[in-house]
Amino acid sequence: MPDKKVLLEIKGLKKYFTVKHSMVESKRKYLKAVDGISFVINKGETFGLVGESGCGKSTTGRAIVRLYEPTGGKIIYDGEDITNISPKEMLKYRKRIQMIFQDPYASLNTRMTIADIIGEGLDIHTNIKGEARMERIHDLLTRVGLKKEHASRYPHEFSGGQRQRIGIARAIAIEPDLIICDEPISALDVSIQAQVVNMLEDLQKELGLTYLFIAHDLSMVKHISDRIGVMYLGHMMEIAESNELYEKPLHPYTKALLSSIPIPDPRSKKEGRIVLEGDVRSPIDPKEGCRFSSRCRYCEEICDEVTPELVEVLPDHFVACHLVKKINNL
Amino acid sequence: MSKILEVKNLSTSFYTHMGEVQAVRGNSFSMEKGDILGIVGESGSGKSVTALSIMGLIDHPGKIKDGEIIFNGEVISTKNNEEMCKIRGKEISMIFQDPMTSLNPVFTIKNLMVEVIRRHQKVSKKKALEIAIDKLRMVGIPEPEKRIHAYPHEFSGGMRQRAMIATALSCNPKLLIADEPTTALDVTIQAQILEIMKKLASEIDTSIMIITHDLGVIAETCKHMIVMYGGMIMEKGTVDEIFHSPQHPYTRGLMNSVPRMDAAAKERLIPIPGSPPDLLNPPKGCPFSYRCPHAMEICKEEMAPTYKISDGHTSACWLIHLDAPDVEGYIKGCDIDAG
Repeated sequence: MPDKKVLLEIKGLKKYFTVKHSMVESKRKYLKAVDGISFVINKGETFGLVGESGCGKSTTGRAIVRLYEPTGGKIIYDGEDITNISPKEMLKYRKRIQMIFQDPYASLNTRMTIADIIGEGLDIHTNIKGEARMERIHDLLTRVGLKKEHASRYPHEFSGGQRQRIGIARAIAIEPDLIICDEPISALDVSIQAQVVNMLEDLQKELGLTYLFIAHDLSMVKHISDRIGVMYLGHMMEIAESNELYEKPLHPYTKALLSSIPIPDPRSKKEGRIVLEGDVRSPIDPKEGCRFSSRCRYCEEICDEVTPELVEVLPDHFVACHLVKKINNL
Repeated sequence: MSKILEVKNLSTSFYTHMGEVQAVRGNSFSMEKGDILGIVGESGSGKSVTALSIMGLIDHPGKIKDGEIIFNGEVISTKNNEEMCKIRGKEISMIFQDPMTSLNPVFTIKNLMVEVIRRHQKVSKKKALEIAIDKLRMVGIPEPEKRIHAYPHEFSGGMRQRAMIATALSCNPKLLIADEPTTALDVTIQAQILEIMKKLASEIDTSIMIITHDLGVIAETCKHMIVMYGGMIMEKGTVDEIFHSPQHPYTRGLMNSVPRMDAAAKERLIPIPGSPPDLLNPPKGCPFSYRCPHAMEICKEEMAPTYKISDGHTSACWLIHLDAPDVEGYIKGCDIDAG
């Protein structure tokens, strides 16, 4: 893309949670869910964020919409620093950043009708009232593949896939620029997932949306994203254009992650699956060094001592690994 | 090879206050010794209920309405709970989906494993502990002599699932049923667990039934597979045949709706329109007919017979019938499967 315009820039974002500490220990312990990550999202693109459970990908999404107060770092939206602005000022940005949640059963208020769920954003952010409001809601419903008649119903009358559609209608109601999709399809059946993904792609084209797509299903992330960031224990390990990442992963963790994906084709016998030993380390007060070092087969002394920086190894391909050049013969 | 498991015309229903939920509707299949069989389907397709029926774990208000389950030449569907207790855990074991909730939190892994071993084998406590440690080592838990004294909460998800596999294998069962064994786990851990299961199947000669919704898992681990929808078997056969020549529109729909890793970027997915049928009031004909791109009049009226495509590959679809319209890729005019 020639005219790349940065919409969202994350600089050294940190989010620590205090862990309940015992009475004898005086030192507080921190769970470092997100520990200094940086990336940019360009206008009109889909940025995928992948990683295993507990790597901080959802926390990142939630910190961007300020559902969590970031512990440190900067969130720059359309050229303006929105990290520490007051809730009142934030209201302006809430209209531009919307979110779709993972669990379609928990993210819709069971006591509100569909019209009220979708219309709530309109009431807060716009002056659309009365008949025009209803018309807009009907329009949104048809846009996400539901019917006008559904407006007066309650969430329990819908299936999981339909509920996720309602969640999407709510998110696009006030015409945002950026939608943060936090695992929008992982609670859905395989045949329904494709419906929702196709719809997200159509809406992006029609409305010029930008997505931050958070998921652990790597094949789906590859399908939908232009660029992908791989996270591990609160750190960003690799960022690259999606095809490049899948064809030429440079970080040892990305390599292992990609080779673990089961391929739905019995005849494609994959050579050299990397089965990782051990489990993910605890995110509570992690020690210095590369977070992946304990499971990495290339690990050297330096990896346990110095935390690697995310550096541009190839054009538009960022990797945080001390040994990246050696491993990949660059 | 002889058959380890035969399921004949199995129907299981749940009698709720809303009415009869027909979770499994007249399914027949069999499993050879040493086979790894995958059952794939969406939520509500009856795959878990099939497994629970085999284990004899269908509780009130559920009931096995009809059919016969033959395990190792013995009819087990008519056995009472006491008799089943002698088979469960010894001959047939099960691994459940959620390793976080299916282990009792107040017992150590040792308590759990020794109980299972001592119930089914006449061995001393010391010997039972030895067997348990041995099995834990087999599934790759480091320092099993120490870790066996741990409580489930001290284990991570992947380790709990491994402990569960070790427990399930502690009496060398002839059949292991794994209900979504890796769904709750991360991909890197999933790869570890599948590796272990494949290794064990060949090492201790156990037949494995894997229930999953992930086609990738099936393609990489299983030899045979069954595709279920709306409580019925749509297609069954070897993994190779079904993936490369699927003979049922549902199987094709399922395969088209997952993105392929080798596909060009942003290649459009082909979803299956609509949503799964209501099992309280299942459609009269084929349960898939309302979402099927090739549905005909007869599909909505009557369920198709099971056609035999080749040895061991069957499909329940009217498109296989000689008089059906031509659709590319479907083999027409096969015989109806007698067995």
